[in-house]
Amino acid sequence: MSKNKTIEEINDKIARGEAVIITAEDASRMATEKSPSEIAKKVDVVTTATFGPMCSSGMFMNFGHSNPPIRMEKVTLNNVPVHSGVAAVDVYIGATEVSPFNDKYGGAHVIEDLITGKDVKLKASAKGTDCYPETEIETLINRDSVNEMFMFNPRNAYQNYPCAVNTSGKMIYTYMGSLLPNLGNANYSTSGELSPLLNDPDFRTIGIGTRIFFGGTQGFIAWNGTQFKTTGPRNDFGIPETNSATLAVVGDAKKMSAEFIKAAYFEKYGVSIFIGIGIPIPVIDEDMARAVSIRNSQIHTMVCDYSKPDHPAIAKVNYEELFSGKISLNGKNIRTASMSSLVKARTIANQLKEAIAKKEFYLTQPVEMFPRNTKLNSLERRLEK
Amino acid sequence: MKKRLVLTFPVNHVDEPVTYRLIKDYDILVNILNADITPGREGKLLVEMKAPRENLDRAIDYIESINVHWSPVKKTILLNEKNCVHCGSCTAVCFADALTMDRESRELIFKPEKCIACELCITACPLQLFELDFS
Repeated sequence: MSKNKTIEEINDKIARGEAVIITAEDASRMATEKSPSEIAKKVDVVTTATFGPMCSSGMFMNFGHSNPPIRMEKVTLNNVPVHSGVAAVDVYIGATEVSPFNDKYGGAHVIEDLITGKDVKLKASAKGTDCYPETEIETLINRDSVNEMFMFNPRNAYQNYPCAVNTSGKMIYTYMGSLLPNLGNANYSTSGELSPLLNDPDFRTIGIGTRIFFGGTQGFIAWNGTQFKTTGPRNDFGIPETNSATLAVVGDAKKMSAEFIKAAYFEKYGVSIFIGIGIPIPVIDEDMARAVSIRNSQIHTMVCDYSKPDHPAIAKVNYEELFSGKISLNGKNIRTASMSSLVKARTIANQLKEAIAKKEFYLTQPVEMFPRNTKLNSLERRLEK
Repeated sequence: MKKRLVLTFPVNHVDEPVTYRLIKDYDILVNILNADITPGREGKLLVEMKAPRENLDRAIDYIESINVHWSPVKKTILLNEKNCVHCGSCTAVCFADALTMDRESRELIFKPEKCIACELCITACPLQLFELDFS
């Protein structure tokens, strides 16, 4: 048995420059030669990462007050409507909101423009009140002119997600990309064995308050993400076999980089945003060493038919098969393609590893653990109270 | 040998079953890569034709004889590689295998010489990094 470590002890090792930090891909490779006990003894921190389209994202912003002041009611940024139902000059920019003049430009693009330091056109109107007499304003704002801008994404970093196919006779356009007819392709979105929540499937070290790499800077896990589901089926390695846990994350967008926050447009679907997230996992004991050793061949997901309204599962595959470029379905070889970037995820995992080694990033004990036994409600139609 | 041609049909050209003739009379393996044919409008057909050179030459004589304009495929796809995030969305739709992912590095590999300019990647790329080049 290797000796268990506390997060405090690991942070002390980081402070002394003695911590052994590797990426989750390194850990998976190491596990082919070393036992969990040996890994727990040797390794202190494993860095995980993901970079993929995550629609449920957005940014809070405070513009500062004009003179005379305005209590903004209808607000647009570069013509994209933003949510202004939060006080006078606070707004929330939803990533998937679109400009009425250009359906390929939306909230995600406004966020990326602001992160890169570009000027953005603010238009706001109001009825005018005794304390906020102004009724209209049109001006340019940017990263440096506003007070705060922080991303607050309600649902990011899905623990696992289905692979999408199309059994119908015509092309369909989805948030999982273009799906060719008659099982012409199979699209998936994950960084697999490098993915954060697949390396801590029971959330033993990741929870509310965990410090993370978020969009190029340090951010935090604010809450369990929306549609957080822990009760789905799991495989022999304890990994959920379909969409499951998610994270709500928060971070200072003024310090983010467009290298890790990228606006996207999916044909005939709409605007989305690529988000880069990295999470360090402390190898506190043998069980965590076993968890971070997970390999793509040990992670499964369901293949779902997106040509049907309820996306029924039609097969189960593992990520080694998906990453190989083709899967076999109904006796047919189907080309696979990822919607998320492993190149970017690797960059994040390595940057996080370096930041920890340089003592710029310390690990956190969650303030509160995630909820257990959560399941999803669906939206019922009813009109009587 | 293999040739990729764009066949342009005049407005009133509906009687001649061109593809049938190419296959039946000239023994050509015809693969229609893209078609835009609407009655009453000039139509375009992007075809890949595979056959011995002699058959192809005779087929082109035939195409010219029925007043169908032909030109070698000149359209190419340009990729703004600098901004690519290597997500792989474009590889999902590229049947010509011009766009593939490197197995190890997971970087996008673009081989323009394999591109058949089907244009599916243009809409598949979430960052809109592909464009058509007619030069």
